[in-house]
Amino acid sequence: MATITPLLPPAAGKVSDDKASAMAALESLLAIRFFEEAVDGMFARGLMHGTMHLSIGQEAVATGVCAALRQTDFITSTHRGHSHCIAKGADLTRMMAELLAKQTGYCRGRGGSMHIADAKTGNLGANGIVAGGIPIAAGAALAQKLKKTDNVVVSFFGDGATNEGAFHEALNLASVWDLPVIFVCENNKYGMSFSTAKSMKVERISERAAAYAMPGVTVDGNDVDAVYEATKQAVDRARAGQGPTLIECVTYRHKGHSKSDKNLYRTKEEIDFWKTKDPVGKFETLLIEKGILTKEQAEQITENVRNEIRNAITEAQAAPDSDPAELLSSVFRAVN
Amino acid sequence: MSERVITYAEAIREAIGQAMESDPSVFMLGEDIGVYGGAFGVSGDLYHRFGEERVRDTPISEMGIVGAAVGAALVGMKPIVEIQFSDFTAHAMDQIVNQAAKIHFMLGGELSVPMVLRAPSGSGTGAAAQHSQSLETWFAHVPGLKVVLPSSPMEAKGLLLSAIDDPNPVIVLEHKLLYKTSGHVPEEMYKTPIGVARVLREGKDLTIVATGVMVSRSLEAAAQLSQMGIEATVIDPRTLSPLDMGPINDSISQTGRVMLVQEAPKHVGFIAEIAARISEGPAIYSLTEPVKRLCGMDVPIPYAPQLEKAVVPQLPDIVSGAQDLMRGV
Repeated sequence: MATITPLLPPAAGKVSDDKASAMAALESLLAIRFFEEAVDGMFARGLMHGTMHLSIGQEAVATGVCAALRQTDFITSTHRGHSHCIAKGADLTRMMAELLAKQTGYCRGRGGSMHIADAKTGNLGANGIVAGGIPIAAGAALAQKLKKTDNVVVSFFGDGATNEGAFHEALNLASVWDLPVIFVCENNKYGMSFSTAKSMKVERISERAAAYAMPGVTVDGNDVDAVYEATKQAVDRARAGQGPTLIECVTYRHKGHSKSDKNLYRTKEEIDFWKTKDPVGKFETLLIEKGILTKEQAEQITENVRNEIRNAITEAQAAPDSDPAELLSSVFRAVN
Repeated sequence: MSERVITYAEAIREAIGQAMESDPSVFMLGEDIGVYGGAFGVSGDLYHRFGEERVRDTPISEMGIVGAAVGAALVGMKPIVEIQFSDFTAHAMDQIVNQAAKIHFMLGGELSVPMVLRAPSGSGTGAAAQHSQSLETWFAHVPGLKVVLPSSPMEAKGLLLSAIDDPNPVIVLEHKLLYKTSGHVPEEMYKTPIGVARVLREGKDLTIVATGVMVSRSLEAAAQLSQMGIEATVIDPRTLSPLDMGPINDSISQTGRVMLVQEAPKHVGFIAEIAARISEGPAIYSLTEPVKRLCGMDVPIPYAPQLEKAVVPQLPDIVSGAQDLMRGV
């Protein structure tokens, strides 16, 4: 088992104002970054099969959002879901084991990168179908309402998902039923290759909230504090029974869509420009500038997280391969 | 003491009502199931008994409704979705096929989707091609879905109570022509097991396997055939996934002849799976005649009553089909 410090909200104000919250957020950013760099490297060396979608460059979204959540809150995630899974508190070893097709992986080797779920931390699953998780999030939120809990549900999805019918149906249901759900759009400017500029006429995806009479906000998705503050406000509304919110987090993926991407649809200059806005380095620098952390402390955290990722890989590699013998008996849950 | 007789629609409503009374996690959602009482009157007074939270009217939004049911089921509720016509499941197929069916297996087994999706199915109401299909094969082909076709009021209640209790997604396809038919239904809660076929009538000459509304039609045909000196066994698989071949194979070993009857089009219909399984197993050596299939025509369901009747097996077709089989035609 390899873990990082669970995210926690600041006592007041911004994540970057509160030492415990800020340190956990930095760990989260680094863990997502190093986990994905590690799997990217293993894939390149032929040590990992299948495909994967990396969120390098987008780490502040999952981190800022999950800092505003409790463990008993739920999320639905996407094909580009490692960041959400890690930020919600998943065991890095079980994640790594899943990607390495091991029996000890979250899905026992049946799901892979695109399908990691973790019931313990309220992660209802990454989803290989664009927008597939959005109605599910609305339903999980409906259940909270019926059960009279004050838990909330966050649905993560990309810009492309907002052109799917499922997005619109789910937002409408959440709106008419005042469901405790927060719709978090990671606008990284492209679907696989098709840009938001070409795929929609609205300037901002958050404008789409108006059609469902819910608040819609656009924030800098590379800024942990901005993402946290918008989420906190939406979570407070949802817990108070005031219904859903759509948050658009503007960000950028440094890597291609998946492993086959040759980046024919965007320029090197654009990618380089966004690398100057890297959310991980930006947050670390901010903490040092604000005097929340010393450079040495930041280096120590970095080293600790690197070690946890190394542990995750070592432990996962030592695990048994997933077992075909249990396939047929795993399609259905046994009836009592 | 006379047995209590109620309709198929009442039996379904009674099952839902009893499940909702005994388990607070059971709730219903669907289009016009509230004060309207459901397009076919199935939910009836449940809205007044349980209120708008638990008998939840929805916007016309099939993908959203089924997705919401999947999400609610994932976190411990037991939703019963009513899709107004089974044809409209086409709108919701991502949630049914890619989500509900796969979640338990694909996500490693920690989560499951105890959802029931009920939908009126089949032709005979003059509603034409987009409101009359028999789509059971779509669902039966997807690992992870259980598929149930209740053929009588008794089966409707018992199978639905099993479906509600099942920790997996269960598709219940109710036949529209059966809603107003009546039969004995016990008042208490009882469960008819999913995955167990039922032998409704035993006869030595041929085996008729039928699903949905074809079950009662086949029983009527068997009664007529009996007067002609032909004794038929009639078997209702009741659930297509999982499929219980035991009674079918056993019966064929006695009769040596089998006729498979379904309303859905013949081409790649579910009944072909039964034919294939007969051919794989020992039952094939008992057959004295080739397997006979009596199915819907491979056309969309038409509107005109004479056309609609022509495309789906009717009582005389089953009788003459059996006679042909007996004559080796």
